[in-house]
Amino acid sequence: MSSFSKGWNSDRVQMLMALSGVFLALVVLNGLFKFYINTYKGRLGERMLRRIRFELVDRVLRFPPAHFKRVRAAEIATMVKDEVEPLGGFTGDAFVQPALLGGQALTALAFILMQNFWLGMIAFAIVVVQAVVIPKMRKRLLILGRQRQLTARELSGRLSEIVDGIHTIRGHDTSNLERADIADRLGRIFAIRYDLYQWKFMVKFINNFLAQVTPFLFYAIGGYLALQGRIDIGQLVAVIGAYKDLPGPLKELIDWDQARQDVQIKYAQVSEQFDVDGLSDRKIQEVFREPVPRLASPLVITSLVLTDDSNAPLLNHVSLEIAPDETVAILGDTGSGGDALAEALGRVLWPASGRITIDGNDIREVPEAITGRRISYVSSDTYFFHGSLRDNLLYVLKHAPLTDVTYEGADARTFRKKVGETISAGNPVLDLNSDWIDYRAAGASGPDDLLKVIRPVLDAVTISQDLFELALRSMVDVDTHSVMTEQIVKVRAALRDRLEAEGLQDVVESFEDGSYNSLASVGENILFGVMKSELMTSQRLAEHPYFRQVLRQTGLVDTLYNMGLEIAENMVELFRDLPPDHPFFQQLTFMKAEDIPAYEALLPKLKGHSADKASQEERANIIRLSFAYIEPRHRFGLLTAELMEMIVAARATFYADIPPELNEAIERYDPNHFMASASLMDNVLFGRISLQDAETSDQIRTIIQSVFRDLELEDHVLSIGLDFQVGAQGRRLTNVQRQKLNLARALLKRSDYFIFNRPLPALDQRAQETIIHNIMTDLHEEGHKPAIIWVLPNARMSELFDRIMVFQNGNLVENTTFAEFADQKSMFKQLVSY
Amino acid sequence: MLLKDEVEMLRRVPLFAKIAPAKLKLLAFASERLTCREGQNLFRQGDAGDAAYVVLSGTADVLVDSGDSEIKVAEVEQNSIVGEIAILCDVSRTATVRATTRLEVLKISKDNFLDLMNDFPDMAVEIMRVLADRLNHTTMELSLARSREHAPAN
Repeated sequence: MSSFSKGWNSDRVQMLMALSGVFLALVVLNGLFKFYINTYKGRLGERMLRRIRFELVDRVLRFPPAHFKRVRAAEIATMVKDEVEPLGGFTGDAFVQPALLGGQALTALAFILMQNFWLGMIAFAIVVVQAVVIPKMRKRLLILGRQRQLTARELSGRLSEIVDGIHTIRGHDTSNLERADIADRLGRIFAIRYDLYQWKFMVKFINNFLAQVTPFLFYAIGGYLALQGRIDIGQLVAVIGAYKDLPGPLKELIDWDQARQDVQIKYAQVSEQFDVDGLSDRKIQEVFREPVPRLASPLVITSLVLTDDSNAPLLNHVSLEIAPDETVAILGDTGSGGDALAEALGRVLWPASGRITIDGNDIREVPEAITGRRISYVSSDTYFFHGSLRDNLLYVLKHAPLTDVTYEGADARTFRKKVGETISAGNPVLDLNSDWIDYRAAGASGPDDLLKVIRPVLDAVTISQDLFELALRSMVDVDTHSVMTEQIVKVRAALRDRLEAEGLQDVVESFEDGSYNSLASVGENILFGVMKSELMTSQRLAEHPYFRQVLRQTGLVDTLYNMGLEIAENMVELFRDLPPDHPFFQQLTFMKAEDIPAYEALLPKLKGHSADKASQEERANIIRLSFAYIEPRHRFGLLTAELMEMIVAARATFYADIPPELNEAIERYDPNHFMASASLMDNVLFGRISLQDAETSDQIRTIIQSVFRDLELEDHVLSIGLDFQVGAQGRRLTNVQRQKLNLARALLKRSDYFIFNRPLPALDQRAQETIIHNIMTDLHEEGHKPAIIWVLPNARMSELFDRIMVFQNGNLVENTTFAEFADQKSMFKQLVSY
Repeated sequence: MLLKDEVEMLRRVPLFAKIAPAKLKLLAFASERLTCREGQNLFRQGDAGDAAYVVLSGTADVLVDSGDSEIKVAEVEQNSIVGEIAILCDVSRTATVRATTRLEVLKISKDNFLDLMNDFPDMAVEIMRVLADRLNHTTMELSLARSREHAPAN
């Protein structure tokens, strides 16, 4: 540097400032470069990740059906979610790192070489040793890394098995086997990871050592040469200074190389899992926005052979034709071939040999826009997605985005940006906000008359009553169902009239401001409203200073305290000797089983003394008991006419001066308004039903239903029922409901071929027959007559079908009309008697 | 009617006569009270039997469906228990019980009934005694009927 500044004569301060300025400018420039490169690199990596993930999911959607018997869902999820993530991060670095770091390392090396050739050669030699030895040692790291990836993937597979199979595990007391398995797996993962750490730091140690050997040689040899006067001391300092810049990039380059190999292995491991034979062609699942014309040609089955996974034959060389308006009953034991044929028609089971064709094309090669819309397959295997019942029902109509949404202003800009990004990542541009529901396919003209086509289908599978009950029990979304909330006053009035007409007016006791409702609890009578569950709980209300003040003011505190004391006494007497898990505790609405001992200890202390003896907490605990008391139900005889009057008066006091935050959190009973926080049933009854025999409860439900019908609110009630959230895999519905809805949604599609493969095994014989009868008569009344191929549980309903096929041991043994079939008394009788 | 009155009433039911009042109070508390209006069915022949009923007030007819008509086989009155056979041996209701006046009953669910028997062996013994008594009665009637049947032949 000294030679550089020599000879400058201009103003030194100016020079200093200029150079400092240049330094700052270069720092900023360098920062900007880095900023640009990093964001560019990041975007490239993220796009790549998005592309890879999409490609993987796209492949999952096109896997052949048999492949799903071998893979575990959670493992696929881990691969798509976690295992490809480093790939995205590495994409940018794949090119940037070697260029940047290699450049830095080369510059440093070149500078050393320029200063002193031999010292430079020493540095170079050590670099070569590092570049050869370290990657070799890291081979083992890569192997361990691969094992870690596989064990982690298996772990997530096992975890999902535990969650899905929890009832099997607990039902057979095998939870400890699962514990042992998980502990063993975690142990293996620990061993691999610990091994990995040991190696990693071992390699680091050697690498660091090698990196420090060079300066050692510089100090020793360079120093020796300097002492001998054969090297300039300034030169040596420059070399050592330059060497500082070499190990850093070098180490990172070695790390980069390891990351490269690691990512390569990960990629190979993921891609081999997704490189499956028999993947469906992309063309088969192409988006098809136009209505698909009806299928007018027969389904032709030519020497079809079906086998199971172990290659055992399920169906032997069967050839037949099914016309587009024909109804076929398939009979035979389970496993006799009929069900396998149905699965093949539903494309769930692929033929071992032979073909199923329509218009001469194999149904596996016909676009799914045709096979998925014009042909419907239903088996007992139901699947429901997390969401509302409506979403799941209409799911089968969502084949393609049918409307183009126009976005305005900022939304339009965001949308354009989104589309651009989607295209850059190679994802398809399909707008989720578009209306995907194919109303026309269902026979409706739009969202408004959709319920008109849904209702008959729900009636056919006899689930309308369940939906009605669901609606009654659910809370109503007041924004989407404003008609219901506006009409509630009429509904209540109509219900009163009807109950009176049937002589049932005493069964329901309405809420009336100014009088005590004997069928509601003491707490409900004070509050005379419902709490908005997200804003208020009974615990918090009881602790609220205003509420407590009202109780004191009205003198209720002492009365309720004595009442609570008596309840506690009764409860302790009744439940003291019972084990805490006794089913009688279900009847214990006042307290929890584990609270009994505490009350038992408290009672002798409080009995015979006035309320002031009790601490504030004890008093609250005693008073709390009185809130749940309902005279006709608990029958302790604690409610006097005087007390009822006091409670009604307290209600008025409570609302007279209610603070805004309480007013906000409580919906007061109001005969003229809908209560959003109460169920539809509570809203309609606007009162409490007295305990009655089952027949009367049924009668009341029937009356409510007819009230809705008279006021033309039936569609709204159905719509409220369809809002029901079905939960994960539809588990909030019963198995029977799931199977009925699964059948119903297939019917919604109005296909040309329906294949029903024992769709309702959860139902009893009679219920199944009702539904078969409904479908066989109703589907054919609609003008277009679809083909129905039904694998029946027995021959009893077979007279509804044009043709009857009987399978035995994988062979078609009978293919005839019902009339002819019934003549063959022996076989018919045998099949009917199943 | 208050809980303690119900307990008194339960004590008058032969099946519960020897059980301590405290336990009967628990049973009464854990049981729902139902009202059946005149002409309504408490339960119907063929229904699944999930509970027994103790009649607190009112009367009812026990009817058996014989194809096209119903035959009245017995009458139930205050303090009697109906429907206990269905919950003891898991068969569907063998008869229909229809209220002839306003009927108030205590519904003792199957689980409660069986648990009570587990918890209080005295009650199980008492039930055995009542059932044995009934069996004895039925056997006597049967042998009487048989002997009548055979008498003309001799």
